[in-house]
Amino acid sequence: MPSDVSALQLVLTGDPALVAIVRLSLAVSLSAVFVAALFGLPFGALIALTRFPGRQGVIVVLNALMGLPPVVVGLAVFLALSRSGPLGSWGLLFTPQAMVIAQAVLVTPIIAALTRQTIEDLWSEYREELTAMNINATGRIATLIWDARFSLVTALLAGFGRAAAEVGAIIIVGGNIDGFTRTMTTAIALETSKGDIPLAVGLGMVLIAIVIAVNALVWTVRRAGERLAG
Amino acid sequence: MLSRRHLIAIAASLVFGVSAHAQEKSIVVASTTSTEDSGLFRHILPLFKAKTGIDVKVVAQGTGQALDTGRRGDADVVFVHAKPAEEKFLAEGFGVKRYPVMYNDFVLVGPKSDPAGVDGSKDIVAALKAIKDKQAPFISRGDRSGTHLAELNLWKLAGIDIEKDKGPWYKSIGQGMGAALNTASASNAYVLSDRGTWLSFKNRGDLAISVQGDKRLFNQYGVMLVNPEKHPQVKKELGQAFIDWLISPEGQKAIADYKIGGEQLFYPNANDPSA
Amino acid sequence: MRGPTADLPIRFENVTVSAGAVTILDHITLTLASGPPTIVVGPNGSGKTTLLRAAMGLVKPSAGRITWGERENVPRACRAIVFQRPVMLRRSARGNIRYVLRSSGIVGAEQKTRIGEVLALVGLEHIAGRPARRLSGGEQQRLALARALARDPAVLFLDEPTASLDPAATKVIEDVVHTVSKGGIKVVMSTHDIAEARRLAGDIIMLHHGRLIETGAAMSFFNTPKTDEAKKFLAGELLI
Repeated sequence: MPSDVSALQLVLTGDPALVAIVRLSLAVSLSAVFVAALFGLPFGALIALTRFPGRQGVIVVLNALMGLPPVVVGLAVFLALSRSGPLGSWGLLFTPQAMVIAQAVLVTPIIAALTRQTIEDLWSEYREELTAMNINATGRIATLIWDARFSLVTALLAGFGRAAAEVGAIIIVGGNIDGFTRTMTTAIALETSKGDIPLAVGLGMVLIAIVIAVNALVWTVRRAGERLAG
Repeated sequence: MLSRRHLIAIAASLVFGVSAHAQEKSIVVASTTSTEDSGLFRHILPLFKAKTGIDVKVVAQGTGQALDTGRRGDADVVFVHAKPAEEKFLAEGFGVKRYPVMYNDFVLVGPKSDPAGVDGSKDIVAALKAIKDKQAPFISRGDRSGTHLAELNLWKLAGIDIEKDKGPWYKSIGQGMGAALNTASASNAYVLSDRGTWLSFKNRGDLAISVQGDKRLFNQYGVMLVNPEKHPQVKKELGQAFIDWLISPEGQKAIADYKIGGEQLFYPNANDPSA
Repeated sequence: MRGPTADLPIRFENVTVSAGAVTILDHITLTLASGPPTIVVGPNGSGKTTLLRAAMGLVKPSAGRITWGERENVPRACRAIVFQRPVMLRRSARGNIRYVLRSSGIVGAEQKTRIGEVLALVGLEHIAGRPARRLSGGEQQRLALARALARDPAVLFLDEPTASLDPAATKVIEDVVHTVSKGGIKVVMSTHDIAEARRLAGDIIMLHHGRLIETGAAMSFFNTPKTDEAKKFLAGELLI
């Protein structure tokens, strides 16, 4: 990316390198949320609806994992995916796929914990009625997930916000390779360290715009939920 | 409307779609942040790709980390500038052969106010002595990089045991060249930098080159193929093709042609057996 | 669901329900038989809610047993209950009814017709599309009643359905109870309102502190109560 052109110019004219970076960032974070939801939603619902010894402990740990430091996750995934590590034969280190995996690891506890909270709250509300109506286990889970859909979407958006904003995990497992694994956050880190502050600021503007958009979306979803379903 | 099956397939391919990338002709080269920051790769890699069709993915880290990446087998080629560390790498059996490629030089950058009184000197060792004596602020990369190792070596040449003799004037930040320059700029301190990163650095504040041209500031680059006997998945033909090109007349010319603001940064010397 | 129903009579044989050290129902023996509505009365905390839930099959006795049509552990398919504070699902009024019907496998045209019928029965057809949770208290109670009636139960339990409603809304509920009872559904309803009991009852069950005080035909309970507690209750003097 030519660094003597003003950052604002790059953003406004849709410089192709900048666009590629933004596109990669979105692709990585969206994929990560998708994978995290695949694991986190059912797991969270399961914890919410079952009773087993040590359940409270699991909930405490799950909530604590929401605050996993991204660099720690990055290090752990790096060690796992390195050729010298247990999953080395997958050859995924320094690829976008590794970044998706690292962010998925980071985001899954968030989605699982929020899902558990949402489903558990709704279940305590619905429990008597659904029992009296003789709804079976599958029916209950489906009903809870559908009726809680707005809150669950909010949980997904929270996960996306976390993924899109982090740099610690993906810079370690992705290697910040020019044109391959460089995302908005890793590019900002790089350009700042190179002293190209205007460019870093330009990227930062795009990132903040995305974060604001996500939050606006959360607000919209909540409002829609209240309006449609009460 | 995407069916659930489609969505799962997309997710799977996103996470595990190694096939797309593994099939393409590409290698991973572990190199240093200062080399990457200088912009050299942006200049020479497209030329290499045009000639051979091979995609070179550069993971830029500190020298220590880059060599570690080679040891772990996470890169095919290692391209750094710390000859003793490289020879150790070879001795440990992680590399096949070391080829000298080019050299650039370090410069001592410092505040225009020059508290140590070293501006314009051609003697780096004397300059460092002066900095220590005057306790002028100094920023060290502290990250086991080639630059850091070179800095430590220069303190030794000056007869200073920097680990023992350092004081609050000496700050070791454990980060790359850009971060070190940023810190030096923000705190009006001296810092040893490679010329390339300095030329591309935009946030200079009050800094300028204080000392340059001392032969002891020359910085030699070497390239090595990671040993396929230790890591069978190393792409040895493609990696060797890259090495061969770097030391070929064509590659050497590409290196020499790279300029910032009209100034050449790297001096090819693949044909110097003592490099 | 209806017809010669296998769920009736519901018999309590020396049933005790405790929660920890607290006894909620104390050695209750009674029979709920088909016929006019059975109204359960008694002061607050007398165990009315638990009695209804136990008869519905939601609460297991700690001692004694409950049988439906002389059998134990009969599934709840032909029984329905309206809780004192019913919970609306996060759907429209119509959607709540549709949910119950779909879970019983009633779909398509039959479902549509039935939804229309029960909503009309409780007078909510005009707001069928509104989110159920935004209905007023009285409307939600009526919707809960419609939901309970959707599957045409043989026995309908109602736990103080008019306790928090104004006279107009109370009348709507009572009219529906009257109608469905005449239509053949066995209604078992609790109330703290003696006047309401008088209006609706075929039989009366009176509880106090979890014990069965008196049962009998409404006429004899109201005119010639046998126990002291019953007399006090009817005089409005038995408050807890």
